[in-house]
Amino acid sequence: MIPAAFDYHAPRSVADAIKLLGQLGPEAKLLAGGHSLLPMMKLRFAQPAHLVDLGRIAELRGISQVGNEIRIGAMTTEHELLSSKLLAEKAPLLVEGAGWIADPQVRYKGTIGGDISHGDPANDHPALMIALDASFVLTGPKGERVVKADGYFLGLYSTQLAADEILTQIRIPVPAAGSGWSYQKLKRKTGDFATAATAVMLQMKGKSVAKAAIGLTNAGPTVLKAREAEAYLAGKEINDASLNEAARLAMKICNPTPDQRGDADYKRAMCGEMTRRALQAAHARAKA
Amino acid sequence: MAKTQKVSFKLNGKPVEATVEARELLIYTLREKLAHTGPHIGCETSHCGACTVDLDGMSVKSCTVLTVQCEGAELTTIEGMEQGGALHALQQAFHEEHGLQCGYCTPGMITRAYRLLKENPNPSEQDIRKGIAGNLCRCTGYQNIVKAVQSAAKKLAAAR
Ligand SMILES: Cc1cc2nc3c(=O)[nH]c(=O)nc-3n(C[C@H](O)[C@H](O)[C@H](O)COP(=O)(O)OP(=O)(O)OC[C@H]3O[C@@H](n4cnc5c(N)ncnc54)[C@H](O)[C@@H]3O)c2cc1C
Ligand code: FES
Ligand code: FES
Repeated sequence: MIPAAFDYHAPRSVADAIKLLGQLGPEAKLLAGGHSLLPMMKLRFAQPAHLVDLGRIAELRGISQVGNEIRIGAMTTEHELLSSKLLAEKAPLLVEGAGWIADPQVRYKGTIGGDISHGDPANDHPALMIALDASFVLTGPKGERVVKADGYFLGLYSTQLAADEILTQIRIPVPAAGSGWSYQKLKRKTGDFATAATAVMLQMKGKSVAKAAIGLTNAGPTVLKAREAEAYLAGKEINDASLNEAARLAMKICNPTPDQRGDADYKRAMCGEMTRRALQAAHARAKA
Repeated sequence: MAKTQKVSFKLNGKPVEATVEARELLIYTLREKLAHTGPHIGCETSHCGACTVDLDGMSVKSCTVLTVQCEGAELTTIEGMEQGGALHALQQAFHEEHGLQCGYCTPGMITRAYRLLKENPNPSEQDIRKGIAGNLCRCTGYQNIVKAVQSAAKKLAAAR
């Protein structure tokens, strides 16, 4: 399995990478960890004429807190997310989610920016980003723009990123103290994509839900934000009745693609179950 | 004539150079140009881990890395584990604990376990099973592999 021939470019700065994208035009593709792109190129599903490797751009890596925001460079690997003390303390949902991605070898190479940019509804980061209310910094020839994760994913392999732009940074507002979190993922084995998975952030006020944010993985052509379920839960207590209704509302917006993991009805049912479990687990962790 | 370029990196401590097309995958450079046939090709689809090598302190599947990405890197393969004729503690432990049968997965398994023990010198059984989850073995049922890694961890700790 050998990819079709291409020219390789390894810029040292974001500015140089953007210049290259401009010069090379639509035949160029960015290379991050390569663990979605190279498999597709080996199968010749993708045959870019140029690869622009982001791997040598130091400014694209690292995790820090600036004010009330966590900033993660797009080329930060899953392995680095998993070993981050800052994330473990401030945004543990991201650490839990990264642990469900692929296997150790893939996590050393795979990047958060690549996982978000690939635009596959089976990728896990998009739902985590929706639950965490993240924003993305897109850098292009005219400078930077910041867009919300909610609304960024347009469809299969399609996002708001323009051909001459690079996703450079992920910004996450530090979740309110006491927020509960959970990522529940059903998969057949290590390294498998989700049959269904749900990311939840939950704030409680006394016994009732102050705010719920719910992202659904692999439940449609793109990640889904379970808006109706979120709105329904506000002000409710978490009990069997409210969990069932939230799961029903999440299932209502699912339109999963049947594949070897199951038919659409099964996947929809599993999305409901993952939603129920994620809400339960987040509730158990939340402090009012 | 296809366009080629020179790539230099360190392989098991020695500087090496290879002339490759940009599309060449690291596993082919290692096996066919640099005569390092320890890393195996099991699936070629990033799933089995037989091709695992250590690249700048990371366990990676060399069927899913381009050789041109390795310019200036430090690589370790199973060939680099033994030192001065003495087997690495992991190699010795796989031998003693019957951590292999056909041996196809073994170079990848040991190279992965090498990095795992560097990061976590005293792993629990659960840590080991999670840590080698990217390496498939069709023979052993993993039990003796886990034992071998545990045994090597103890020996390495005692030697420190
Ligand atoms: C065996 C295996 C199992 C896997 N299991 C999972 C799983 O369970 N869950 C999961 O989510 N993923 C899984 N993956 C995919 C893996 O996480 C990929 O690493 C990830 O999807 C893509 O990230 P990457 O850094 O490798 O990007 P690449 O493969 O290099 O790039 C992916 C795409 O994004 C574009 N891109 C990359 N970075 C940027 C950027 N900064 N700006 C703009 N565009 C960019 C590229 O041009 C390309 O189109 C698995 C992969 C393998 C091989
Ligand atoms: S040959 Fe590389 S993972 Fe199987
Ligand atoms: S010993 Fe045969 S595959 Fe592992």
